[in-house]
Amino acid sequence: MTLSTTVRRKLPHLFLIPLVVLWIYPFAWMVSNSFKSETEILLGGAGLIPEEFSLDNFEIAWEEANFAQYTLNTILLSVSVVAIVLFVSATSGYVLGRGRMPGRRFVVGALVVTMFLPKGYTVIPTFILINGLGLNNTLAGVILAESGPAHVMAILLFMAYFAGLPDELEQAAIVDGANYPRIFWSVMLPLAMPVVGTVTLFNFINSWNSFLLPLVFTLADEDLRTLGVGMLSFFQENSTQWGPLAAGACITIVPVIAVFLMVQRTFIEGIAGAIKN
Amino acid sequence: MAVVLPTRGSKQRDSGTAGGRPGFVGFLRRNGWNLVFLTPMVVLFLAFTVWPIVASWVYAFFEWDGVEPLTEFVGFDNFREVLTDPLFWNAAWHSLLFSLGAIVIQVPLALLLAVLLNKLWLRGRNIYRLLIFLPVVSTMAVVGIIFRILLDPVGGPLNAAVGWFGIDPINFLGDNLTALPTVVAVAIWHGIGITLVYWLATLQTVPQDLYDAAAIDGANARQTLTRITLPMVAPLAVVILALTFQRSLNPFDLVQAMTAGGPGRATDVEATYVYRLAFGSTVTEHRYGFASAAGATFGVLVLAVTLLLAPIVRWARSLREDRQAGAKGGRT
Repeated sequence: MTLSTTVRRKLPHLFLIPLVVLWIYPFAWMVSNSFKSETEILLGGAGLIPEEFSLDNFEIAWEEANFAQYTLNTILLSVSVVAIVLFVSATSGYVLGRGRMPGRRFVVGALVVTMFLPKGYTVIPTFILINGLGLNNTLAGVILAESGPAHVMAILLFMAYFAGLPDELEQAAIVDGANYPRIFWSVMLPLAMPVVGTVTLFNFINSWNSFLLPLVFTLADEDLRTLGVGMLSFFQENSTQWGPLAAGACITIVPVIAVFLMVQRTFIEGIAGAIKN
Repeated sequence: MAVVLPTRGSKQRDSGTAGGRPGFVGFLRRNGWNLVFLTPMVVLFLAFTVWPIVASWVYAFFEWDGVEPLTEFVGFDNFREVLTDPLFWNAAWHSLLFSLGAIVIQVPLALLLAVLLNKLWLRGRNIYRLLIFLPVVSTMAVVGIIFRILLDPVGGPLNAAVGWFGIDPINFLGDNLTALPTVVAVAIWHGIGITLVYWLATLQTVPQDLYDAAAIDGANARQTLTRITLPMVAPLAVVILALTFQRSLNPFDLVQAMTAGGPGRATDVEATYVYRLAFGSTVTEHRYGFASAAGATFGVLVLAVTLLLAPIVRWARSLREDRQAGAKGGRT
């Protein structure tokens, strides 16, 4: 079959375009149905463009279904977890990457080993611990449960990056009279912004989308739910209210997709880079 | 506290005896700041990583409802009960199917897509990549609920489309036969984007000269794929398989939101099985000990499977070395 190169090069699109249209259909459906009025949904229009734009669904989700509160909780959760993870992994990454401390390798080894050990259901002991601290059914409990477990990837990323920074900067800072924390804060950390960015992104998206931990730690208190959990309970109570459900789904997914789209290049390249290492 | 100046190539400092006082106090002095900086991570690590792993194994040997003190030691009874519980094996089997779906369907499919999207002349390849990746960052629980609606036999769009072909509505999630494949399919839709990105990164490590040489020798697409691409990416392919496998081990969010393990237990996976035992609302008595044992047993099973696959890793590594040697020495 001899086709001209130009034609051959257009062929993949014949396959790819229908693929991605079908691929993102669920998202399109979600957005479209959040703006459809109740009557339109009941009439069962399969069309994606609503005939009459209506914001009712968002109102219902936001107020009656309490999505306003859930959004607040999710934002709080994600921001806090990111802050804690950054703090912990940057500081420890710095020591492991640049501090000449005996026993460094042991620490790194311990971190990596825990990733491969068969674990029981570790949620239970975490639950017991958080409970014991009196933080069950509090947002702080969820935050702690999520940021607590060692984020080995983040630590390793910081470690590798800090190790690669030149010594001269440090020497210069010492000559200027800086001490350890100052060197870290004013010299090294600002240079590690790429890693800070990657870690922030990954963990923000992860926390925003987290489900099991928020579910377990807010079983009793409705007002503490995050968006994912809230979505499920809303569904369990009114599974036929497709409009508000779609609106709720938008509220849950759109922010994180927006964040992702803004930084998608960095994000995807971060993943690609990690895999090469 | 003495200031510790991290420097390179200075053997004295690293040995831990330079800089003044020997012994423990000296160590503290020299590494004071290091320890301070390390402490937050260590504290959290011990509390939230080490303790849960240890404790979950300890709990497994007790019968415990979480309220009374931990007194009912039952030895291996929980484990025995787990291993003889048909529901456990049901869940384990489903988990295996999930992972198989990831390995056998998701990984190769992503590779084919990656090969296609790797062509430099393909316009808009980044947009395709981006759109395919979109499900990955979406909240899995929400994805589950949306698909639940989409697949609804009564008014869902998918069954509406099926109706155009004159077929009766299919109860995708309610029928024992179709439920699990449906959930697995959704999981693949959700995760293939990241596998695709991994493959794209991997494909870029294959030197272009090999492809050029193959083209000169008249190799067609299939030959290029199987004789050049695959062997060259084999070691990284193993990493991709491992990562995708790992992700497939815990589809809790998706399954719980889509079916909660139902209908019956047709889509129950390990994660939902254990969750139900520990926190389920249908359980009158929370059996934390039993749940821990179930989780631990599953963990061991997974470890065993992973170890069995180790020889394959070595084989894959050797493929790449052969290929590289062949490429360098064989062509004149």
